[in-house]
Amino acid sequence: MSYTPPTDPTNKQPVKLSQLCEICHSRKAIIRRPKNLQKICKLCFYHVFETEIHNTIVSTKLFYPGETVAVGASGGKDSTVLAYIMKLLNERHHYGINIVLLSVDEGIVGYRDDSLATVKRNQKQYNLPLEIVSYKELYNWTMDEIVEIVGIRNSCTYCGVLRRQALDRGANKLGIKHVVTGHNADDMAETVLMNILRGDVARLEKSTAILTESNGSPIKRSKPFKYMYQKEIVLYAHYKKLDYFSTECTYAPEAFRGTAREYMKNLEAIRPSCIIDIIHSGENLVLKPKQAKKKTTVKKSTANKNKIQNENTEDNKQVFVDGNRCERCGYLSSNKICKACILLEGLEMNRPKVNVSNAHEDSEDGAAKNLRTLERLHF
Amino acid sequence: MALNITVEFLGGLDVTFNKQRVWQLSVPIPQDKGQVTMEDLINYIVNTMIADKNSVGDFVEDGTVRPGILTLINDTDWELEGEGAYVLEKGDVISFTSTLHGG
Ligand code: SF4
Ligand SMILES: [Zn+2]
Ligand SMILES: [Zn+2]
Repeated sequence: MSYTPPTDPTNKQPVKLSQLCEICHSRKAIIRRPKNLQKICKLCFYHVFETEIHNTIVSTKLFYPGETVAVGASGGKDSTVLAYIMKLLNERHHYGINIVLLSVDEGIVGYRDDSLATVKRNQKQYNLPLEIVSYKELYNWTMDEIVEIVGIRNSCTYCGVLRRQALDRGANKLGIKHVVTGHNADDMAETVLMNILRGDVARLEKSTAILTESNGSPIKRSKPFKYMYQKEIVLYAHYKKLDYFSTECTYAPEAFRGTAREYMKNLEAIRPSCIIDIIHSGENLVLKPKQAKKKTTVKKSTANKNKIQNENTEDNKQVFVDGNRCERCGYLSSNKICKACILLEGLEMNRPKVNVSNAHEDSEDGAAKNLRTLERLHF
Repeated sequence: MALNITVEFLGGLDVTFNKQRVWQLSVPIPQDKGQVTMEDLINYIVNTMIADKNSVGDFVEDGTVRPGILTLINDTDWELEGEGAYVLEKGDVISFTSTLHGG
C-alpha cells in the first residue's frame, strides 16, 4: 500500500470581495472555523491551527526542555497530524523536547499491517525514531487469536486494556515518562457525554484533563489536541497532504460509541460550538466529595514512599498514584493483579467472560456492565 | 452533453465506492436545465455509484451529505460555496472526506 495524495484543484475562479479571508483580507476563504464561524484562507488556517495547539501546550506547561515524549502513533489521522505538529512546533518554538513515535501492533491481519506500513512511512517523512511493541511479544497473544476465543463483541474490551499497558511498557522500555495521544475535542466531548449519561462522575473529571497520571502508571499521558476539532484536524491533514490511514479495524466497534459519535456530529451540524461547549460543561462539573477522596489517595501513596510531584496544583492536572505492583507480571497496578493479567489468565483458561470491573460497579452485571466496561477501556 | 469533473472519496469513504479514491466522472447535463448542481451530483453518485444499496447511509442522510463527511469544492468547504446549489464547472475537483472512519 502506498500513499495517494488528494488531487490539486486546477479551476481558479476570480475571487469576490465577499469571499475574502476574515483575517488577512487578501486571499480566498476556504473554510469556516467551527469554533467561531470565522471564514479564513488556507495559510491563515495553518497559522491559527498551529498557534492554538502551541498556546495549549504553553499555557498548560505540557513539556519541559530536555523531556523525551512518545507520540502514540497508529497511522490514523489524529496521531499522524499530532506527530507532524509536534515536530513542527518543537522546531519552531524551541520546546527542546525529543520526539519518538510509539506504535502498538495488536496483531490484526489486514488492518494493523497496513496501518503500521503508514507509521513506517511517517517515520521516514518526519525523520523521527519509531518503536513498535506488539501484543504477541508482550502477551503471547495476537488480537486475532483473542477474538477467536472471546468473539468480536468483546474484542475492544480486551484490546483497550492490552493497548494501554502496551503503550506504557513501550514507553518504559525506552525510558520515556510521557506519552501524547491524538485525542481531540470531538473525542473528549463524546466521552463527557457518555460519562454524563452513565452518571460516572469519577470518569467525568478525569476525561477532561489534558494531562493524566493514572492507575498507578508511571507514565503520564496528555492530549495536546484537547481543543482541536476533528473537522479541522482532517482538513489540516488534507491540505498538508499528510499520509494517514483510515481503514476500519476488522473488529471495529460497537453500537453505543457509534451512536454517541453520530449524535455529536448531528449536534455539530446544528451548532458547531457545541463540541467545545460540552467540554466546558465537563470541566465545570466537579463534585465535592471527590476532592476529599483524592486527597486521601495522595496521602496514602505518600506513605508508600511514592514520588508525587506536588507542583501539580493546576486544576487540569490530576494525580492518581498507587504504588502496588501486579503480583503476576510485576507491572505497576492499582489492583493486586493487573487487568491485563486477569484477562490473559481468563484467555489461558479459555474462559471468555472475565470480570474486569472495579469494586464500585460490582452492583451491576450482564450486558449493561459489559458495555460500560468496554466504554471505559476504549480510548 | 456531459460535464467532466473529478470526484474523490477520502478518509476511508472509498470503502463505499469500490475502494476507489479518485473518479473521473462524466455527469450527464439535463437538456432542460443545462447545468449540474452539487445536489444533482450527490443524487447521481447515490443512484449510479453505490453498488450496495445498504451502504447509501454511509454517504447521505436526510437527502444531503451525512454529518461527519467533509465536502470540498476545489478545496473550499462547500458551506462557503452554496452547498447543494453550487453549479459545477468543467474540471472541478470535488472531494468527500470521512472524519468518522479509522482513528
Ligand atoms: S476497534 Fe477494537 S479491536 Fe480494533 S483496534 Fe480498536 S480497540 Fe482494538
Ligand atoms: Zn487569510
Ligand atoms: Zn499483570
